[in-house]
Amino acid sequence: MRLLSAGGRGVSSWSQPAARRMRFARTVLVVLGLALLPFVLDALAGRAWVRIADVALIYAMLAIGLNLVVGFAGLLDLGYVAFFAVGAYAYGLLASPHFGVHVSFLVLLPLGAIAAALFGVLLGSPTLKLRGDYLAIVTLGFGEIIRIFLNNLNQPVNITNGPQGVTLIDPLSLAGFSFGKSHTVLGVTVAPVHAYFYLLVALVALSILVARRLQLSRIGRAWAAIREDETAARAMGIDTRNLKLLAFGLGASFGGVAGGLFAAVQGFVSPESFTLQESIMILCMVVLGGMGHVAGVVLGAIVLTALPEALRVVGPLQKAAFGHVWIDPADLRMMLFGLALVVMMRWRPAGMWPSPGLRSSAASGPAAAAAAVPLPGEAPQSLAPRARGGPDGAA
Amino acid sequence: MDIFIQQLVNGLVLGSIYALVALGYTMVYGILGLINFAHGDLVMVGALSGLALLKGALGAGLPLPIALGLAALGAVCLCGALGVLMERIAYRPLRRAPKLAPLITAIGVSILIEYGAAMIWSKQYLALPPVIQSTTWQVAGAAVTDLQVSIVLLALVLMAGLLWLIRATPLGVAMRATEQNAEVAGLMGIDTHRVIAITFLIGSALAALAGIMVLLYYGVAHYFMGFMLGLKAFTAAVLGGIGSVPGAMLGGLLLGLIESLASGYVGDLTGGVFGSNYRDVFAFIVLIVVLVLRPVGLLGTASGERA
Amino acid sequence: MALLEARGIAKRFGGIAALGDVSLTIGDGEIYGLIGPNGAGKTTFFNCLTGLYRHDAGSFHLAGTLLDTASPDRVVKRGIARTFQNIRLFAGLSVLENVMVGRHARSQAGALGAVLRTRAFQAEEAAVRNRALELLGYVGLAARRDEPARSLSYGDQRRLEIARALATDPRLLALDEPAAGMNATETQVLRQLLERIRADGVTLLLIEHDVKLVMGLCDRLAVLDFGQLVVEGTPDIVRRDPAVIAAYLGAGTEEAA
Repeated sequence: MRLLSAGGRGVSSWSQPAARRMRFARTVLVVLGLALLPFVLDALAGRAWVRIADVALIYAMLAIGLNLVVGFAGLLDLGYVAFFAVGAYAYGLLASPHFGVHVSFLVLLPLGAIAAALFGVLLGSPTLKLRGDYLAIVTLGFGEIIRIFLNNLNQPVNITNGPQGVTLIDPLSLAGFSFGKSHTVLGVTVAPVHAYFYLLVALVALSILVARRLQLSRIGRAWAAIREDETAARAMGIDTRNLKLLAFGLGASFGGVAGGLFAAVQGFVSPESFTLQESIMILCMVVLGGMGHVAGVVLGAIVLTALPEALRVVGPLQKAAFGHVWIDPADLRMMLFGLALVVMMRWRPAGMWPSPGLRSSAASGPAAAAAAVPLPGEAPQSLAPRARGGPDGAA
Repeated sequence: MDIFIQQLVNGLVLGSIYALVALGYTMVYGILGLINFAHGDLVMVGALSGLALLKGALGAGLPLPIALGLAALGAVCLCGALGVLMERIAYRPLRRAPKLAPLITAIGVSILIEYGAAMIWSKQYLALPPVIQSTTWQVAGAAVTDLQVSIVLLALVLMAGLLWLIRATPLGVAMRATEQNAEVAGLMGIDTHRVIAITFLIGSALAALAGIMVLLYYGVAHYFMGFMLGLKAFTAAVLGGIGSVPGAMLGGLLLGLIESLASGYVGDLTGGVFGSNYRDVFAFIVLIVVLVLRPVGLLGTASGERA
Repeated sequence: MALLEARGIAKRFGGIAALGDVSLTIGDGEIYGLIGPNGAGKTTFFNCLTGLYRHDAGSFHLAGTLLDTASPDRVVKRGIARTFQNIRLFAGLSVLENVMVGRHARSQAGALGAVLRTRAFQAEEAAVRNRALELLGYVGLAARRDEPARSLSYGDQRRLEIARALATDPRLLALDEPAAGMNATETQVLRQLLERIRADGVTLLLIEHDVKLVMGLCDRLAVLDFGQLVVEGTPDIVRRDPAVIAAYLGAGTEEAA
């Protein structure tokens, strides 16, 4: 899909009914495939894989949210998991025996979104007016700080229950249908993991829709402008600070919702789930998938969630080959992430699946680079302002 | 009063270490405009490699001062090589890339170093063998060890040396010229690639020595120790004014003192609600406050945005 | 009638006065040139006017009312748009999108409207698009609307930047060296474009080194040197001013050749 459809309404030279029929058929196929997927996975690979699919969908939401910040607006958030934590704890604390309150998820998911957005704005307002790297380091710090609070706010008043975390969190339930129990529909047993799968698919689809619509709007264009050249964006009348805050807050709210879902699906939350490694993994999903490309980052989320499962065989393999486990699969995964970030930035900055139409900022060549440091050997603009520029004159 | 003096002493030691690490951030930032997220991890490599070398040298029967010297030298060489390598492989190709690319690369490099270290030295907390017998003096009611004094003195000597290098040598002139304007420096015949590599080398060597200091002072090393330390040293650099070498020194010392005093007193001040388990939070609060009130830092100057 | 009045604008960088007490008046419908040697403070003046820099003293008045230059977006809303000396397009966006971004200040749609695709949103989006297409036609780039801005030739990039600035519906268009790097033919095309823009009711302020272009195009000129206004007046007056000949034209003719 192009960022802008080439023709306006009624200008298309394509035979519209045929195109519409194709699209309809494709949609039906996708829906059918997704409806069958949990049962196929269950039968072929076992129930654990249905769970992994659920987790992948939660990560997909996170990746879509982070992509709003990193891919659309070009801001680097290295502590995104903090917003995930805010949503998860908001849900866990208000729907569990911990405080003895059991608020409906219809209230808690929006609440988690708002709470996360609020944290995002609080964190973003002092930093977003500064150079982008400050945001990166502040978010990096914030991601760790929030864990310190989660770990320690069990005294003097027990708010978070410290390192033990919050347990026995209510599963989602709507109009008498509990996602936490198995149900039999037309002779088919639908386990909680299956039910959650459908719910999560629906929510990821909604997230994709929201993200796409934002991208293809006045707001999305302004974000892209900020990403490409902030000074020029300001000179075009864009209130860059507010729009960056909007991206940061909206991105955070996706994290908040995903956190609430995570708490409900998992049934417990603890500070351990919200480490720097998680933030890095979500960033990898966005970078590897393709910054700025919504479908790409969803793919990135799915691939990177499945990867550790695939890497599990590495342990026994090492044992067979060397007699002992030389490198833990979890560590190997982190090494691969680190390597991937470096390699992708060097050779394939647009990701595995870049936006087909217009490429994101990281994908652009040197012409788009507003590099902070001018290069040795480059024609010095300050000395010879009238030097004739080539087609890449937009340095 | 005793506690105050004691925290002051502790803060000074901590601050000296922060200052050494902050120098690496600020020098690279000054010259490349890049936050090298992996810089804190070099401190970790310095500590862990230093520990391994120290154990090896002592095991070979060398006397402690020589073993310590060898360990420090080895760590400095390793970290220096790592720093230069990282600049050459990861950052140099991205000099013309959009701003996000080097930042993302930096975080990738940081992860690679951390987990590479975990592979080599395991993820355990590794303890320093009890070889250092420190003498304790009582000064104005506070306990001061000879180790603390040596750390502060060595840090001061290193910082003075660096200032001399930057202000009074041809290399320093080349560094400052590259910082001001890399293109023009290049036209004036300065090999800017070399200057940048040397900047990384110096910053990394200082990080290695800071790592050895942390190792000796706290007696343990760990593959993830560079993360928080790096974050704090960066805060110190921002506090002093990022890009400013004297600023990093001042910021480091100040941050060490703030952190030490805050974690010493916050428990009493808040009636025990917040204890020293929040000590890592203070640096972060300092960072936010500086960014809100004076983003250019104490000794930094605002550079006008070029349109 | 004066459209823009600059009163005593001053700007210092550290100890250096980039602009010292510059006052000038641009009439409605004029093409007004700002010339002077490199480092004279011309671009600094632009940056102060468009809110990218905060000037230390003085004030700007647009059509008789004080101009708030605290942030660039307010300046744009009041009706001043600009281009940049080193061309600053959104290189990765399409030609059309670049111009659509220019409509930002003249449209309202927020995040909610975008997500819900309200009727008002769709109507505005269509209007933004149509206006952008219109402007691309105006500068002669309609055929290249879907190409990434970075793929345009140098002259086309300059014209795209003008179209993008025009999209903000400016009363005053400030152009920073629009002819820099252009050959004679391209300069001629640019000149016609600028005259057409003026004929369509937009006042032009331009920094330019090409003396021939400036003298032929501008109604009035101001000469800056070392941050000071040397002289202001018609090209004829400026050309004969001894201070100008000493400060600028003497050094500038070889450059302009």
